[in-house]
Amino acid sequence: MQPAIEVHELRKTFKVQRNREGLAGALRDLFRREYVEVAAVKDISFTIPQGEICGYIGENGAGKSTTIKMLAGILVPTSGTVRVAGYVPWRERERFVRHIGVVFGQRSQLWWDIGVIESFQLLRKVYRVPMADYKRRLDELVERLQLGDLLNRPVRKLSLGQRMRCELVASLLHNPSILFLDEPTIGLDIVVKTEIREFLIQLNREHGTTILLTTHDLQDIEALCSRVIMLDDGRIIYDGGLDELKARWSRGREIRLQFGEQVSLERLEQLTADLPGARWQAGEDMTAVLKVPSAVSLSDALARVVGSGVDIRDIKFMETSTDEIVREIYKSGSASGAERLVGTT
Amino acid sequence: MYLDLIRIRFLMMLAYRVNYYSGIVIYAVNIGAYYFFWHAIYGNQEAIRGFTLAQMTTYVAVSWMARAFYFNNLDREIANEVRDGSVAIQFVRPYNYLLVKLFQGFGEGLFRLLLFMTPGLVVVCLIFPIELPRDPAVWLLYLAMLAFSFLINSELNLLTGMGAFYIENVDGLIRMKRVVVDLFSGLFVPIALFPGWLAVLSEWLPFQAIAYLPSAVFTGRSSGDEALVAIGLQAVWAVLLIVPIMLMWRAARKRLFVQGG
Repeated sequence: MQPAIEVHELRKTFKVQRNREGLAGALRDLFRREYVEVAAVKDISFTIPQGEICGYIGENGAGKSTTIKMLAGILVPTSGTVRVAGYVPWRERERFVRHIGVVFGQRSQLWWDIGVIESFQLLRKVYRVPMADYKRRLDELVERLQLGDLLNRPVRKLSLGQRMRCELVASLLHNPSILFLDEPTIGLDIVVKTEIREFLIQLNREHGTTILLTTHDLQDIEALCSRVIMLDDGRIIYDGGLDELKARWSRGREIRLQFGEQVSLERLEQLTADLPGARWQAGEDMTAVLKVPSAVSLSDALARVVGSGVDIRDIKFMETSTDEIVREIYKSGSASGAERLVGTT
Repeated sequence: MYLDLIRIRFLMMLAYRVNYYSGIVIYAVNIGAYYFFWHAIYGNQEAIRGFTLAQMTTYVAVSWMARAFYFNNLDREIANEVRDGSVAIQFVRPYNYLLVKLFQGFGEGLFRLLLFMTPGLVVVCLIFPIELPRDPAVWLLYLAMLAFSFLINSELNLLTGMGAFYIENVDGLIRMKRVVVDLFSGLFVPIALFPGWLAVLSEWLPFQAIAYLPSAVFTGRSSGDEALVAIGLQAVWAVLLIVPIMLMWRAARKRLFVQGG
């Protein structure tokens, strides 16, 4: 079975106009423009097998959207090769796009002034979907996403959540085997987010749809993706499972303790002296945090503290969240972190 | 599918009727102004370079009515879509973007032809002394030429609109194109009345094929073989203009840079 998406040494550079400063500069710009070449995507390679849900994350301007747009046939790559569903997207665009669905969270693909159902019908004709298939598919999608009463309203009168559900339907009417989602949950409330995530999981399970999504919401990733590709400054800095990412980058767990009396840091450190890597940090108001590396079992650590007879009022366990991990990776800069990550996977 | 695009655009035009009403007023004022303008110029003269006053009035009225049909804002629409990045959506659909634009323009034109030009012409005929051709063949020929007018004007609009792929702000270009088209197409002044060198220049440009040629046929200035040459010339331009469009489109695809991430 051929992979759904194959990307090799993909690169995209843009010419960006440089505006010179001041009036004199502006006048000079009138006659001779200066351009700067900016590489948005720098020679990236990856392969996504059919039926996978892959998260594509990175900071703003890391090159996520540019990649998606090349995969969807919108942009022509500067160099490198792309194969999606067996096609070279930009070369055979019109035939290729019948096999993919695309949702841009920030852009509507529905016609603004006409009813939702009119948009769907127009899309049916655009994609030449047979009437029977269209009916069956629309019924299924409408029921899943509970759109029944929205269908006759014009798009401009829908809320963002309603619109996004309609966008999903619009992108799936022609039964694509690959779905690209560019920030599909941006600006949505938690209820709609959850609905959309559940819908996507079901879609993937029942129809085997390959899904590639970019997002800033790591809960999307946690709920949906078995695999994450992380991009920074146009390069891939991580490509692998989410659990692996967590395990490798997690700084372990934390136990947050609230004491009933003043306990000195030295005393606490003595308690866990035999646990390798365990570190204490004093907080305000008679609290302290014990950092426990993944290698040490939590019960061991806890037993040392609880068994010591210190007056403990409250205990909280914290795990490093994906959010924190990703923030940490972004902050640590691509270069050093990247080599470490790519080298080990 | 393309027929549905025409239909949808038709419906959208209906949804925004206010634009439509104000358009009627603008056209009526223009025709009226030109009528009195020519009336004053003619004074007691019977004819100027073979144009009688009645012919001139007819020419002005018919040219403006034709403009209602062939005129569209495809250039501005394309420029806007490129600028705000929504052109990206157009590229994930299995159709040809330019062709879609052309058909949308046609939907708009058809709307105006039926709900604007036809009633407008009736009203204008009642107010001003206009001579309509009596030969049905001329009517048929005129309709065919009108279709070419639309095609050529839209092709020029596509070219102008695609300028947005190359320069950041094409508003100036669009405005300039509009003035050039209105002047050189013979909308204000029939090309036959241009001074020698300008008339020669105009004959070598595609613009006269938009308004002057069909109106000349309609008013009976060009007839017989001359009329056939006119429609032939239109056809040649309609085909010729496809070449720069294709070249520009191919280059534009590679240059496309979607704004907003």
